[in-house]
Amino acid sequence: MKLAEVAEAISSRFGERVTGRMEFRGELTLALQPDALRPVCEFCRDELGFDFLLDISSIDHFEHEPRYEIVYELYSLANGLHLRLKTTATEDHPEVPTVCDLWPTANWHEREAWDMMGLRFAGHPDLRRIIMWEGYPYHPLRKDFPLEGKFSDVPDVAFTEPAPLAGGPFVTAPVDGTTEVREPRARRAGDLPPAQAFIAEP
Amino acid sequence: MSDLSPYAYDSKIEGNIIFTQLDTAINWMRSNSLWPMPMGLACCAIELMAAGAARFDIARFGAEVMRFSPRQSDVMIVAGTVTYKMALAVKRIYEQMADPKWVIAMGACASSGGMYRSYAVLQGIDHLIPVDVYVSGCPPRPEALLDGLMRLQKKIMGEPSFLEQKKELLASL
Repeated sequence: MKLAEVAEAISSRFGERVTGRMEFRGELTLALQPDALRPVCEFCRDELGFDFLLDISSIDHFEHEPRYEIVYELYSLANGLHLRLKTTATEDHPEVPTVCDLWPTANWHEREAWDMMGLRFAGHPDLRRIIMWEGYPYHPLRKDFPLEGKFSDVPDVAFTEPAPLAGGPFVTAPVDGTTEVREPRARRAGDLPPAQAFIAEP
Repeated sequence: MSDLSPYAYDSKIEGNIIFTQLDTAINWMRSNSLWPMPMGLACCAIELMAAGAARFDIARFGAEVMRFSPRQSDVMIVAGTVTYKMALAVKRIYEQMADPKWVIAMGACASSGGMYRSYAVLQGIDHLIPVDVYVSGCPPRPEALLDGLMRLQKKIMGEPSFLEQKKELLASL
């Protein structure tokens, strides 16, 4: 079986519910309506031989709707084929159906997507955070979450504090002076005069 | 050795007798049998292992006895990135160590968060526990760690260990 046949089989079976098809350097990507995800996954696994789920990842298209895009990387060990499925979720309802029952490995991938991006997976047997701790209030890979982090505290478990980049170690200091003064070195916020502007060295 | 040395050996007295100050003797014993608690959290731990192996041989400084129990350790070597998820565990292990105890922050991450200026990483272990020696480097070479260890030994030699204990004892009575 070839990738072209796979694409043809899925398109002819699901028709309009496959909303896009991209090919790039021999990699096939199919965009799906959210309600087509489950049936397409079942079809891929049971009839096209995609027995291995490589990864689930997610993309935050902040300030665009639909905001979230979820990417499934399927692989067929028997045929050596790699298929990528994409679907979307809106900001108001960031939820897609789980594929845990099709590929058990999806369990932890979906927990990671919940932890980092805040996507819910309907029907997941155990949707807990996997990297951050229970009680951490944010989803840090969302585009509206600052890199420096936010304050949080779960007593006896963990706390977090913001760590602003400007003025910190390994950042060129926004002050007048020679390179020796400005160069990145170990320092704390507050060691320097308030930052007027961030100076990027050429 | 000069006449003023605390280790002065009086050759007129035969046998195994050395005159010294009690503080000096206690500190000498402490500083030359520093049993580390290897808090290996990231790549610095690899250099810590190298420092323990044959080429660099931390045993030359009496610190080869890596104790994986805080109850038996004297110096905690925080080697690596301290994430917020790990931070309170590190603090708890430090609190389980028996006094007197010291801390070496090994490498940029343990000292200041290093290149991880992010939501997930504690910006220096000294936010939580007192640090005696900071070792720079990313990761530091074993020589740098050994230099840090020797500086810690020097620091311990200057501590008024017995006097402090005596003061505490008198205060507690």
